[in-house]
Amino acid sequence: MKAGKVWKYGDDVNTDVIFPGKYTYSVLEPEKMARHALEDLDPDFAREVEPGNFIVAGKNFGCGSSREQAATCLKFAGIKAVIAKSFARIFFRNAINQGLPVIQCAEAVDNIKHGDEIAVHYSAGKIETKKGNFDFAPLPESILNVLEAGGLIPYIKNKIKNQKEPRKSAE
Amino acid sequence: MGKTFSEKILGAKAGKQVKAGEIVFVSPDYILSHDNSAAIIKEFRKLELKKVKNPQKIVIVLDHVVPASTEKYALNHKIIREFVQEQNIPYFFDVQNGICHQVFSENGFAMPGKLILGADSHTTSYGAFGAFSAGIGRSEAASVWATDEIWLRVPQTIRIEIEGTLSPMVYAKDVILKIIGEEGADRANYRSVEFAGQTVRDFTLASRLVLTNMAAEMGAKNGYVFPDEKTLSWLEETAKDKFEMVTSDSDADYAEVLKVDVTSLEPQAACPHTVDNVRKVSELEGVHFHQAVIGTCTNGRLEDLKAAAQILKGRKVHPALRVLIIPASRKEYLLALKEGVLEVFVDSGCLILNPGCGPCLGAHQGVLAPGEIALSTANRNFRGRMGSPDSEIYLASPATVAASALEGQITDPRRFI
Repeated sequence: MKAGKVWKYGDDVNTDVIFPGKYTYSVLEPEKMARHALEDLDPDFAREVEPGNFIVAGKNFGCGSSREQAATCLKFAGIKAVIAKSFARIFFRNAINQGLPVIQCAEAVDNIKHGDEIAVHYSAGKIETKKGNFDFAPLPESILNVLEAGGLIPYIKNKIKNQKEPRKSAE
Repeated sequence: MGKTFSEKILGAKAGKQVKAGEIVFVSPDYILSHDNSAAIIKEFRKLELKKVKNPQKIVIVLDHVVPASTEKYALNHKIIREFVQEQNIPYFFDVQNGICHQVFSENGFAMPGKLILGADSHTTSYGAFGAFSAGIGRSEAASVWATDEIWLRVPQTIRIEIEGTLSPMVYAKDVILKIIGEEGADRANYRSVEFAGQTVRDFTLASRLVLTNMAAEMGAKNGYVFPDEKTLSWLEETAKDKFEMVTSDSDADYAEVLKVDVTSLEPQAACPHTVDNVRKVSELEGVHFHQAVIGTCTNGRLEDLKAAAQILKGRKVHPALRVLIIPASRKEYLLALKEGVLEVFVDSGCLILNPGCGPCLGAHQGVLAPGEIALSTANRNFRGRMGSPDSEIYLASPATVAASALEGQITDPRRFI
């Protein structure tokens, strides 16, 4: 498992600082969304983030708006997973639905510093850090299936394709 | 042990007995979206389906940037209008109608016992009418359009019993700010919040909407108020469909029960940059600001506009301020017009904008420059929400915003009793 650098933030990182509302209807392509990721919290992030990096944060990550771009912009910025003490519920759903893994593990958060290198093993529910390994409850299979498909839309698309008899309304 | 409202509704929808914590696959009664429908359409197209599963369940209200301020917004709206035509979606409300949560409510979609999903975090609002309503993201909205199904976890419930008579110039907004300030922005994460007690029973539906709208700011999945004769009388003329009263059992299994006495509650305000950073208005007096906003899905109804107007009547707002009035909907606008409330605003130096979200989410109609401060009746004050990341937002009741607009600094509205 390849290690990645950590961007560490505090509690209550909200959707407005992750992806400002002024862009929600004007920046529509995921790659362009990534350029504004965390703009109002940490302007360095979008410039310096590299594929395979992680975000580690405190409680209630993603609170606020239902805007899915908050998850999309992080995914397309190359973030491999967000590890937090807790997640706001709509962000949690949006992240899964965008194929961005979200991991709840307070103990790991307390033991990871900004700039650390960590590795995550999803199916084993393990986070490797400089201060040792931390366990988290692996995501249920139904959710892993959505993540593995790359998000809810590709997941549903596959499901529809696999149905032997497409619904009448879908024809 | 009895069941909570959420357990009953989700159980009824799933066709079995359920308990908090279980995951159910359910079909909603309505699914709401707004200007983000264009983004939902984009996701829906990826599924390569010709038709949505059930157009009768889709409600679309254009409200976020109305009328369109740029070509991009205009194109978004156009894409949505064309989709509505193509899919024969009957419940479409174009730019002239108002904020989605108000329009949805006043058109009778919010009914007791209904399961409502919305691609907006403040979808929690419809619990004010006894519905189960929760916010979802746009991929999920697209997938519900396609499949008419979603998975939900049956939430645990926090019951908040609110008792006591409010003092003059103290409103539902002060009650909910006080609760969020005490309990924190993630207090109800993943949970349902049930607002009960005599104070809530005495509230109008408009005031109940303030509670359920802002339940989202405690992280709640949904907010809920027991439907009663006020709800029924409201729905008598507006209800879109038959409905059933669904209420929690008296011995329901609540995760927690909180008791709040509002007898001596003072006006409250949320300070920058989180909604749970709440202080008494009396402690904030003297804080200068540049723009006042009275409106939004939280506080843009007739009773809010009247509460502000009674303070502004015969007086002039401070000349250094921009004071923006945004009725929540065309219907509320008309009521305020007929009652002479709008005349008071114009006379006192306010600027009345068309119904809609206005500057609340920082897209148009009064965004803030670096270093500027707004005092707003909205529900959210995150950094940069109303414009520059170097601006600040305070949140308060319409009465507090009106009193402060006269003085040019945060002012306790009880000075105007």
